[in-house]
Amino acid sequence: MNLEKVVFAFFIVLALTLNFGFFVGEIDNPEHHNVYELYAALVVSLIATVMKFGDRTHMGAVLLATSLVADLQLIVAAIVWGWATSAGGSEGINSATMASIASLSGGALLANITSVVLLVTETVQVKR
Amino acid sequence: MQTNTSIAYVLLRRLRTPLVVLVSAYAISIIGMTLIPGVDDQGRPWRMDFFHAFYFVSFMGTTIGFGELPYAFTYTQRAWTLVSIYLTVISWLYTIGVLLRIFQDSGFRRLVDYASFTRAVRRIRNPFFLICGYGDTGSLLVRALTERGLNAVVVDNNHERIETLETAGLPLYVPGLVADSADPEVLDRAGLAHHNCVGVVALTNNDKTNLTIAITGKLIAPETRVFCRAESHDIAANMSSFGTDYTLNPFDSFAERFAMAIHSPSMYLLYDWFTSERQTPLTEPLSPPSGKWILCGYGRFGKALQRYLSSEDMEITIIEADPKGTRAPADIIVGRGTEAETLEKARVKKAGGIIAGTDNDANNLSIIMTAKALNPDLFTVARQNETRNDAIFNAANIDLVVERGNIIARKISALIITPLLADFLKFSKPYNNQWANILISRISGVTGNNPPYTWEINVDETSAPAICESINENLSVTLKDLGRDPKNRDAQLKCMPLMIKHNQSQTLLPEENTKLSIGDQILFCGHETASSNMHYMIQNYNTLSYARTGEELPSGTVWKYLTGLKTR
Repeated sequence: MNLEKVVFAFFIVLALTLNFGFFVGEIDNPEHHNVYELYAALVVSLIATVMKFGDRTHMGAVLLATSLVADLQLIVAAIVWGWATSAGGSEGINSATMASIASLSGGALLANITSVVLLVTETVQVKR
Repeated sequence: MQTNTSIAYVLLRRLRTPLVVLVSAYAISIIGMTLIPGVDDQGRPWRMDFFHAFYFVSFMGTTIGFGELPYAFTYTQRAWTLVSIYLTVISWLYTIGVLLRIFQDSGFRRLVDYASFTRAVRRIRNPFFLICGYGDTGSLLVRALTERGLNAVVVDNNHERIETLETAGLPLYVPGLVADSADPEVLDRAGLAHHNCVGVVALTNNDKTNLTIAITGKLIAPETRVFCRAESHDIAANMSSFGTDYTLNPFDSFAERFAMAIHSPSMYLLYDWFTSERQTPLTEPLSPPSGKWILCGYGRFGKALQRYLSSEDMEITIIEADPKGTRAPADIIVGRGTEAETLEKARVKKAGGIIAGTDNDANNLSIIMTAKALNPDLFTVARQNETRNDAIFNAANIDLVVERGNIIARKISALIITPLLADFLKFSKPYNNQWANILISRISGVTGNNPPYTWEINVDETSAPAICESINENLSVTLKDLGRDPKNRDAQLKCMPLMIKHNQSQTLLPEENTKLSIGDQILFCGHETASSNMHYMIQNYNTLSYARTGEELPSGTVWKYLTGLKTR
């Protein structure tokens, strides 16, 4: 067992699960989407990205790309949330804003699923 | 290997841990700020949102002065702020520390140097020469090339030599790389396959490396000219076998010039003039005595020198410290030559001249000093091995100092800059010292006290359209016309033709009334200003026709029409 692989897979899968946890629920209902879950998903996704740095293989490059996509989607979602609560919106999150935040995180979810699929494919191929 | 991306990869890979630490520190601090309850300005319970928490932690970690935003903090919030400060500041210091260590790492710096070198080579827009080996010869050659406005790229495996490239004060920027030039990948990076690379010069101290460079050069870029230094005759033959354009044996060419200096001083001076750097003033020809000579040192150089000198009727006594190692003949005198005893054994008091030809500069100087003390009238010749010893060789008041690196560098730069000059020097070899003497006085008549500048004129459409146009109109252009001053045709430019190459046959010192034809190549020497005047004239039909006939032709269409009306 390789500790590096454990940590690596842990963060990639955790990024997916947190992202999924945030995404599930009625898309426009703010009560179904917890801001702390979005935060955790973003932080773990960033750490997963850094973990993928410096891998020169083709697989490593694709993994890094999917991670960057997930980061981008989640950061935009966080910015929308921050904008709605602090800067622009005085009355907080309405259902339209919530829908766009959730759909952005849905995009990130797809990227994270790709990551995990790639990871599993590689693991199955290596057979060690 | 893609260097630019690999720099990014190495940087990111090494920054992996610091970045994870940094992200975690921020994450912990931010989540703490949002979870800890606070109060707003009216004393109502309030919780910081993520936006404010991120804002607060960002400036807290990186600045010293900060306020409690947006409302004054409670005790718990302040306690958490304390924890966060230490967490983030330490993570930042750690990250920056790692970053600085990466940039100082020699391996990483080599990678960065390699990448910037590759970029610099790729950006060269003019024809350039790739020079492998930046020792004495290499540095002299690079200087000669850049002073003539030719670009160069240097590869050497010695770090210090490449560093001197920046401080040498060369007129053009010369990219340099510390690398093994026997590596084809390195040669490729250094621009071997670059469409502007016109020649490769292999000057390293290692024959095998030079051989590899020559092979790589001829295989990857068959069009480029390859110049190679080869110490052994086998390797030289090997190089020539696959089409290396020029192989130079340092000992042979050195000994050849050395011998020329002794038995044909005027010819030597002529060589020296044509191949010298521009600022050196002209010197008088030497007059070395004939008769008995002493040669100190019977290594590769000594042997080559003996071969060249023995063709003349000179009696040479050899002094060598290691007769077995050098396989010297039995009749030599054993010793170093630096002590009076050995020199006296070689009957230095009756000798006409002495050659200090060992590979050690200090020994050579010592030989000269000791010999002069014994016989002040001695004609002294010394071999200088290293350029940095210039000052002491000048101070020693030696009749003739021959520097190895210098001779090879000049030979190659003559071949590169003016190939016709190399031909001229080759074809002038059979002539005697008297011929050279006459030529020297003719040249000094033209150039005064300055060493002659040499240049080539190629009679073809691109470089001399005016001459071609005149010849196509059946008008004759002679060498004398080319030498006329374009401002006043009765005055002569300060130059003289040295050689004309017509249909692969050379004429040395051609007559002034020689008619030019298309395809001719002419070698001139003289003042630099004469060269620029001449180059202007051969580009400009009207100027040339003024020089030929003395008539000023109208240049514009209207004036041409009007003069046409007048003559009609």
